[in-house]
Amino acid sequence: MYRIPILQMGSILLVTIQVDMEDQMALALQDDLATRIAATGAKGVLIDISALEIVDSFVGRMLASISGISRILDATTVVVGMQPAVAITLVELGLSLQGVRTALNVERGMELLAQAREETALVR
Amino acid sequence: MSAEPLQGSLPVRSEEDIVASRQKVRVLAQQLKFSLVDQTKMITAASELSRNTLVHGGGGVMRWELLEDGVRRGLRLHFEDQGPGIADVQLALTDGWTSGTGMGLGLPGSKRLVHEFELKSVPGQGTIVSITRWK
Amino acid sequence: MTQQSQVVLGVLAQHEEQIISEWLQEAGAGSARLTEAARRTMQGEAAEIVRGVRGALQAGADPEDFKAPAWAPLRETLESLSRSRAAQGQNAGETSVFVLAFKRPMFSALQRVAGDAQSQLAAVWWLSVLVDKMAHWTVTTYQQTREEIIQRQQQDLLELSTPVIKLWDGVLAVPMIGTLDSARTQMVMETLLQRIVETGATLAIIDITGVPTVDTLVAQHLLKTVSAIRLMGAECVISGIRPQIAQTIVHLGIDLEGIASKASLADALGLALRQRGYTITRAA
Repeated sequence: MYRIPILQMGSILLVTIQVDMEDQMALALQDDLATRIAATGAKGVLIDISALEIVDSFVGRMLASISGISRILDATTVVVGMQPAVAITLVELGLSLQGVRTALNVERGMELLAQAREETALVR
Repeated sequence: MSAEPLQGSLPVRSEEDIVASRQKVRVLAQQLKFSLVDQTKMITAASELSRNTLVHGGGGVMRWELLEDGVRRGLRLHFEDQGPGIADVQLALTDGWTSGTGMGLGLPGSKRLVHEFELKSVPGQGTIVSITRWK
Repeated sequence: MTQQSQVVLGVLAQHEEQIISEWLQEAGAGSARLTEAARRTMQGEAAEIVRGVRGALQAGADPEDFKAPAWAPLRETLESLSRSRAAQGQNAGETSVFVLAFKRPMFSALQRVAGDAQSQLAAVWWLSVLVDKMAHWTVTTYQQTREEIIQRQQQDLLELSTPVIKLWDGVLAVPMIGTLDSARTQMVMETLLQRIVETGATLAIIDITGVPTVDTLVAQHLLKTVSAIRLMGAECVISGIRPQIAQTIVHLGIDLEGIASKASLADALGLALRQRGYTITRAA
């Protein structure tokens, strides 16, 4: 089964979802990310969904899970590039994706991740 | 691109089938010239319901119909399984069962994405969920 | 194929030209008011309709079942006739009169065919049913087309009356005016979200100063818009909430779910600028 590749850029992991994922693929991504975060000590995860035309409850829950898991592993996840039609549909579906941080694009997402790192540094 | 036949069906017996059903609904919705938002809503609803058919219904079939009501065009999908059925339909259709925590069937959500929604279920015999969107 | 349809088909095959020219005469093609181009168009329309009828009859179609696939080419011809007439501003009556005028020349032709009165009557009745269906189809399409035109005009009006304005770098504003309904709010939501993506805006201000009333449904629509904006990664503020509306919101028990709201658009802009680190000073 095709596994969605995870790129590493410094302390940030980058994922670009460009395929219409089977459920197993989404679960595999979740698994792989958790493993990579722990293995690399990454502080940020950026998931680019700008190519996703459909985000249903399964993918939505996967994104929420990754957010939660990354938080526990001391990393921040930002989901970027949600298409307007997807946002409208998710709201209608009733999925609020609580706890999932989002940004309009990769650039903003990186800014958010940098901010988040600063904030945790301050706490320490 | 040749036109899709007015009716058809696809099996929903595996995860690949859920993806296939999304892709089929996209083709049909585009053929009917649904707006992008309406396409997205219909495909997402189809994804939810075909997953239900697979996961809760033990597998089944998605049937589609291209509708013509006078000059009005629409798309109707039926998700059928011979699974355990839903004992309390009313409960399944109330929002306490949304799929936020992965415990529900996401039916109220799907219902909001379409114009017409019909659920027929007999415990022990199976379930048919029918959804319709008009252009 | 029934006997009647056979007779009708035969008559059409033998006397097509004459029937069409009598039809056009009947439909007023001889009128001095018509231009040569209009006359030619009418002739083309009549010929196409006859083609559609002949094609369907040869395929054995039954006029009682006008939705059958064999009638599809004829239906399409009637639809495009109806659409073009509607676009020209003719009313439904005028459009169906043209179709109905097909009857008289056909009746005359059928009566000239050798045969007993009984079978002539049957053929005439059969044809009458068909032409009625054709006229009915034309009128239905006409109504649909007029509705589509009205909807398009409403859409244009909506877009004109709800502009999305760039107030500042990264700040968009939508002044809503008039009653908010489902269709309107949907449209605003879609346009606003699209503009947010295009401009990379981080804040959208929805100003409802011009909205007279807010009920539960409207509030729900607004909440959905805000949720969608947040999902995409931008922020949303509602401004222009008049005291009466504020009271209605509380009274209805609507929870604006922590949506920052400012009394005026000006206040909202001020907040946005401050949040972005701007201070405004007057030049000396």
